[in-house]
Amino acid sequence: MMMVHLTRDSDALAGLVEVKGRSLWQDALTRLLRNRAAVASMVVLGIIAAMAILAPWLSPHPYDEIYWDRIQMPPDFANAHWFGTDGNGRDLFVRTLYGARVSLMVGILATGVSLIIGVSYGATAGFFGGRIDNVMMRFVDIMYSLPFMFFVILLMVIFGRNIWLIFIALGAVEWLTMARIVRGQTLSVKRREFIEAAHAAGVGNFTIIFRHIIPNVLGPVIVYMTLTIPQVILTESFLSFLGLGVQEPLTSWGVLISEGARVMEGAAWMLIFPAGSLAVTLFCFNFVGDGLRDALDPKDR
Amino acid sequence: MFRYILGRLLSAIPTLLIIVTIAFFMMRLAPGGPFDRERTLPPEIEANVLRAYDLDKPLLDQYLSYVGNVLRGDFGPSFKFRDFTVNDLILAGFPASLQIGSMALILAVLFGVSLGTAAALRQNSRVDYAVMTLAMTGIAIPNFVMAPLLTLILGVYLSLLPVAGWGGGAAVNKILPVVALALPQIAYIARLTRGSMIEVLNANYIRTARAKGLRERLVVNRHALRGALLPVISYLGPATAAVVTGSVVIETIFDIPGIGRYFVQGALNRDYPLVMGTVIFYALLIIVLNLIVDMLYAWLDPKVRLD
Amino acid sequence: MKIMRKSRLCGALAAAVLGIALVTVSQPVAAETVLRVGNMGEAASLDPHYVSGTWENRIVGDMFLGLTTEGPDGKTVAGAAESWTISDDGLVYSFKIRDHVWSDGTPVTAHDFVYAMRRILHPETAAEYASLLYTVKNAEEVNTGKAKPEALAVRAVDDRTLEITLEGPAPFFLGQLTHYTAYPVPRHVVEEAGKEWSKPGTLVSNGAYMLAEWLPNTHVKLVKNPKFYDAANVSIDTVIFYPQEDRTAVQKRFRAGEIDVATDFASDQIDWLKANLPNETRIAPYIGTYYYPINTRKPPFDDKQVRLALSMAIDRETIMDKVMKTGEIPAYSFVPPGTLNYGEPSYAPFKGLSQEERVMRAKGMLANAGFGPDNPLKLQLRYNTSENHKRIAVAVASMWKKIGVQTELFNTEVKVHYADLKQGNFDVARAGWIADYNDPQNFLYLLETRTGAHNYGGYSVKEFDDLMEKASRTADLDARAKLMAEAEAIAMADQPVMPIYYYVSKNLVAPHVKGWVDTIRDVHRTRYLKVER
Repeated sequence: MMMVHLTRDSDALAGLVEVKGRSLWQDALTRLLRNRAAVASMVVLGIIAAMAILAPWLSPHPYDEIYWDRIQMPPDFANAHWFGTDGNGRDLFVRTLYGARVSLMVGILATGVSLIIGVSYGATAGFFGGRIDNVMMRFVDIMYSLPFMFFVILLMVIFGRNIWLIFIALGAVEWLTMARIVRGQTLSVKRREFIEAAHAAGVGNFTIIFRHIIPNVLGPVIVYMTLTIPQVILTESFLSFLGLGVQEPLTSWGVLISEGARVMEGAAWMLIFPAGSLAVTLFCFNFVGDGLRDALDPKDR
Repeated sequence: MFRYILGRLLSAIPTLLIIVTIAFFMMRLAPGGPFDRERTLPPEIEANVLRAYDLDKPLLDQYLSYVGNVLRGDFGPSFKFRDFTVNDLILAGFPASLQIGSMALILAVLFGVSLGTAAALRQNSRVDYAVMTLAMTGIAIPNFVMAPLLTLILGVYLSLLPVAGWGGGAAVNKILPVVALALPQIAYIARLTRGSMIEVLNANYIRTARAKGLRERLVVNRHALRGALLPVISYLGPATAAVVTGSVVIETIFDIPGIGRYFVQGALNRDYPLVMGTVIFYALLIIVLNLIVDMLYAWLDPKVRLD
Repeated sequence: MKIMRKSRLCGALAAAVLGIALVTVSQPVAAETVLRVGNMGEAASLDPHYVSGTWENRIVGDMFLGLTTEGPDGKTVAGAAESWTISDDGLVYSFKIRDHVWSDGTPVTAHDFVYAMRRILHPETAAEYASLLYTVKNAEEVNTGKAKPEALAVRAVDDRTLEITLEGPAPFFLGQLTHYTAYPVPRHVVEEAGKEWSKPGTLVSNGAYMLAEWLPNTHVKLVKNPKFYDAANVSIDTVIFYPQEDRTAVQKRFRAGEIDVATDFASDQIDWLKANLPNETRIAPYIGTYYYPINTRKPPFDDKQVRLALSMAIDRETIMDKVMKTGEIPAYSFVPPGTLNYGEPSYAPFKGLSQEERVMRAKGMLANAGFGPDNPLKLQLRYNTSENHKRIAVAVASMWKKIGVQTELFNTEVKVHYADLKQGNFDVARAGWIADYNDPQNFLYLLETRTGAHNYGGYSVKEFDDLMEKASRTADLDARAKLMAEAEAIAMADQPVMPIYYYVSKNLVAPHVKGWVDTIRDVHRTRYLKVER
């Protein structure tokens, strides 16, 4: 019964991600830098991140200031409302940047949570193999058949819209695939000579896992991360649509987009700018992910 | 084969039990009860209501009797929709959810695989770029934006399709929700197919087939597609989960009487039995679909043997 | 119209395909008229005793006829009772039941009303709205299990005469009888079918329409009741209620001609609606108050100065003009103006001041209460999930910032919100009250000590309670109004609640729906409407 899952996973993922070893890192970087789309995307992501961090200095408007005489106004350069204002008369440009803070943070931190859980779990299972592996991966299979989004919704319903909880809840959803990838990679890495050598030299199991195995499975993990971040950002926007987003006056792209979607006819700018920012960011993450995969796995290009 | 299926289904029972347990206690942890409203009930009446639904008993007793009832196939009464039982509501909602969901999945596979293959065969051509840009747009636009946009253009401006409503299950009423639900999945599957197709086309057995002088169409359809479909098939499990999740939004926007909407209504109204019922139902659905996916996988990939 | 165009197109196509030169497009059978209503909610039940929402009221109110009922203009008119007499002390009402039948042909008798009232008040029924009938003598005792249902002072003198004795004089009682809590239920059906009686096939009604179809989350379909006593004057044959909650989507359906009436629209759409659908957009005063209760049990909010300062700093005019834009009226009293059995409401003392003046005084009062730049007042403002609540809370927080108050906005979903309000777990929160019957008592009782949890802020002032108690025993309308106005004046000076605005009803009504009258309770029974295309 387990057979199916093992084969299915490693086969499926082999297409997506596979690395040939440590010596390739240098080559990979060179190849990545040669990929124009990926480099451009990294630059754009860097700019967006920098703007999100520098938000308070980039606009003359505080993110929670209401301008009573400029409610729901289209972009207006005279007053430095480059993206217009929202239904409460707040500057949309600076709110989009603050939204970027929350959305990117959710994306990165939740992915981080999934990374920590998934990598340690997957590496442990793969390294020990046998019965332990069987039980651990069976548990992952069970988790897969939970309607997970529903549990995230329930969590939000129970504990209110706490931003830290969003990170943890979404991270807890995404770690499963990560664990499978890492386990598959670990299985192939652990038979290599240098692991044998470490064993022979009397290095402890956990040192081997964290020193030797995990660094060698990082390639596919990084690729998968660039795919997980956009996934998490989208999930957050889905929660916002259901009214379970972050608390005012903070905002996220999801909150801004679901507000904008309501008035797409009368106040299109309220939808276009946040949705555009989200789309550009997701595009970039995807290009970077593709670029990384090509760079780390040169065999088919 | 039969033994395999039976084994899988039996192993689903502990999984379901875990789900029931988690969902049950999570729901009860949630602040606010099913009978908290704007107009607060006099304490005597509230006590009556709680007693009527056995909510005054110890939690463990409630849990045990709930599990007992579920095993007998009784999901209990709905707190919110008091004229119906949860069984009534799920039975009424399932056909709509199933139709929309399965049509969206089929659409996603058909279009996703064709687009992905087309892109892979003309790698780095204009077709490839067009398909990939479309796919990424499909992924990057949340469906709660896409769905209202589609209704606005096709329903309101052009009056081609109904804006919302189930229309007694008429085909025209299903087009927009199915498309809105399928779009992101088409995008994912197209990307997935393209990637694996490119890889398969470079594989040795395909090179051999080509070298033997087989026609390209035959190579692709007979040999390459089979291998390239494997990642797509294994993605069908997560795809089903995504469609199920997406249906929560789609059913709300299009006023479709499906189960996803009952879940949200149930969760927000603290309608414990309704939430439990929908969660169990979806878990069961995902388990069954995963089983089908595995069997499909075994059928496509000769390396995999069931049992 | 749109449908016509489509069918003509289809006709043209058919003609082309079949090669027929001339085809006259056949009109759909014109006799059947249908009203399609965007009802903004799925009915929890169609049993009048378990109903609590306006969306359910629209359905059951079309099916059942109370002793009195709403007229075309919303005023109280004779319903299942054709006439009545009231004793001089205003306590005993004697109704003459109209000679009419349930939709299955069984006569409606006074016993049906007795049965219905005992049923809704029976503790086992556990009806959410039963407390509305506490006006009736012994109703509260029956409802809380302190007396047998038979003790209820509702008596069938004979098949056609019903006698109801009240706890105290209640000038609003006839109006209250239009409410669904006072509808009759068919005893012969309820007793036989039990809980299942309110389903299609078993439900029988005595009003203009009967239940034909109820597909959960799809629609409720009512058809004209041929046995209704005034059936000759009912024009629309079928009413379909769609449950969709998403207001933006409902508005699109309205524009596409898929529904004839949308019973609400989102405030953020108002600019577009005013520009594009000015005749269809209906905004009218609605008897309700949107307010922020303050938790008077919790320091520093037990200090009247703090409460007044917070209330004065809210620039209601600006919120209505700039944020809401849907014609809501800034509120300075708890009872909306124009409420029956009442004169001018008693306004908050700062009503006459300019906003600058108010802000200045508010700062002074906060300083008196010990708050200043070094020691700012910090509070949490709770609101339940809704775009409007959010926009108002954001605006109010920014206004409080001007007097140095730091506000944390805290949004929860509706069940959590009301659970917290009930337990007094809040500083300041959002609440709203739509009157069940048109009388000041229906607002002011929310501030009485004995109201308990529904008096969210725990306001408890003996003078206020005494005045209300006295008013409840006063039969003379003017004297009663005066007592309640005095009570309201006390409350407004104390500001345990900050009234924000008086509600308006918002409907989209297609031009082919005739006979629609804007009413203060936003009740529009289908029997008075017509569809003329």
